[in-house]
Amino acid sequence: MIEELDRKIDEMEATLAGMQSAQPEEKILRFQLKRDRDELLAACRELTPADKVYLARHIRRPRIDDYTKALFTEFFEQKGDRLGKEDPSIFGGIALFEGTPVTIIGHRKGHDLNENIKLQFGMPGPEGYRKALRLMKQAEKFHRPVILFIDTPGAYPGLEAEEFGQSQAIAENLAAMSMLQVPVLAIITGEGNSGGALAIGVANRVCMLENAVYSILSPEGFASILWHDASKSKEACNIMKLTAQDLKPLGVIDEILPEPPGGAHRNPQAVYETIRGCVREFLKSTKNKSGKEMARARAKKIRRMDAAWIRIDKAAGEDK
Amino acid sequence: MSSDILEKRKTKFTRMRMLRDRDAAQGKPKVTGQEADPRIAHLEDLFVICPECGESFLKEEVRKNYYTCPHCKHLYTMPVEKRLRSIADDGSIRVFASNLEAVNPLHFPGYEEKIAQQREKSGQAEAIYSAVCKIDGRDVAVVIMNSKFLMGSMGILVGEYVTRACEYAGMHKIPLVIFTASGGARMQEGMLSLMQMAKTSAAIEKFKRAGGLYIVVYTHPTTGGVSASFAGLGDITLAEPGALVGFAGPRVIEQTIGEKLPEGFQKAEYLEEHGFVDQVVERERLREVLSRILKLHA
Ligand SMILES: [Zn+2]
Ligand SMILES: [Zn+2]
Repeated sequence: MIEELDRKIDEMEATLAGMQSAQPEEKILRFQLKRDRDELLAACRELTPADKVYLARHIRRPRIDDYTKALFTEFFEQKGDRLGKEDPSIFGGIALFEGTPVTIIGHRKGHDLNENIKLQFGMPGPEGYRKALRLMKQAEKFHRPVILFIDTPGAYPGLEAEEFGQSQAIAENLAAMSMLQVPVLAIITGEGNSGGALAIGVANRVCMLENAVYSILSPEGFASILWHDASKSKEACNIMKLTAQDLKPLGVIDEILPEPPGGAHRNPQAVYETIRGCVREFLKSTKNKSGKEMARARAKKIRRMDAAWIRIDKAAGEDK
Repeated sequence: MSSDILEKRKTKFTRMRMLRDRDAAQGKPKVTGQEADPRIAHLEDLFVICPECGESFLKEEVRKNYYTCPHCKHLYTMPVEKRLRSIADDGSIRVFASNLEAVNPLHFPGYEEKIAQQREKSGQAEAIYSAVCKIDGRDVAVVIMNSKFLMGSMGILVGEYVTRACEYAGMHKIPLVIFTASGGARMQEGMLSLMQMAKTSAAIEKFKRAGGLYIVVYTHPTTGGVSASFAGLGDITLAEPGALVGFAGPRVIEQTIGEKLPEGFQKAEYLEEHGFVDQVVERERLREVLSRILKLHA
């Protein structure tokens, strides 16, 4: 449903962009067209989980480099894992946020198909995760808060990635991030799939854009594992609980960040402002906390997240 | 049973199985239950045919041989209690964390029934089992995963068992040994399943930084979220011969790269060659090797 709407809105935007004349008739036409477009945008309010998957993967959705340009200054990119490899599907570096030095790390997907292919659609190999870890440890050394942007279909499932220790790289990130003595904020901006997302997603605060999705694997993968039929991905979306609205009550995320009508790509500026507010608030709330406190709070959060779903069977008695 | 009677039965069993396989291949209906030749049924109870080399052996013989094919060393899945007994000192085992229950957090349709079914079938409460025992007189916490229970997928309970064993080992300053086996995430628990990766890794890291010794034994298969969390963090990492270990499964990788994977890819021996495993250890040597490692850290 959203695909159809999204395409129609695109067409109207294109027509509107071509109507520059000051002729009174055209002004009226423009006015009517804008009204129609706004109606369509308003119709984008009621989204199914599958619609959100569509928006989360939208090719024009703002990417980490857009966020970096819009929200930070003096950005200095850092490359390489210092073990012989550089993975461009992880983007990272140091920058100022309203004067405060921070480390930025996130998945880089690219803005068009060519970039997508070059960046493996934002699916990192172990070298990407190792680069991320290197940057995080440096952030810890220099007491810089870490801001993470998550947008990936998952870790890259390739021969080389396996050969160079995809599992170990992810595991080591999870272990190290649980103890990092700096404030860590994660923002899920697009799709966050599997351990490939979580490997840079263990944070003190996890925020999620309204139409982003966060799940154990892609709905296609889910459907093909559970029902041996990848084409049942829509049904999968409905039971996977992958939307921000599903995940907040489960305690997996802390905050839902609103998107403009029609999705983030319809008005990136509005999304930048929302995220700016989110980062500002986070930095302010953690400013006077020690590194140890941040690490302890994060460890506690991870340990307790699922406590509500574990029952101790009293009848079975205590272990001796 | 005297050995020539045994040989005769073995031959007969193999022949009967061949006949039955041929019938099945020709589409003839399978004869089961009451109608089946009771003599075959009896032999089926006694014998097992190795899926790898096709030889038949007395089940008892395979069991005594650490669930390993005496001819080709093919490894059968070892029941968790058997595995624990094969490494622990006699009479030293105390089961741990057996009173935990999980609910269906996402209200996933049919999940409770599925769990009940799996419990019935496997006789196990979950895809994981934990205990405290002694190996040559030294205390250890042991966690054993069971790939036969919902493919050893990691749900909240699996993560909780690992975490609690870790906390227990930390509190009592004893080493932790985990036998890993998993097909990946527990689909029915969604993101809460994924979060177990963070929870278990955090617990292991805390334990290790406090000076705890953590030994991983990879068993077949260890993939997905388990391989990329607590299974990937051992101070010492051992593997059973032939165990498949990796983040992505071979089929997914083949689909991605569009070609066949090389022979032995992601197998224990391959991992040893590529620097991810300290040693590949056969089941019959495992107790001795673990004992030595414990001694070296005493
Ligand atoms: Zn926020
Ligand atoms: Zn054999």
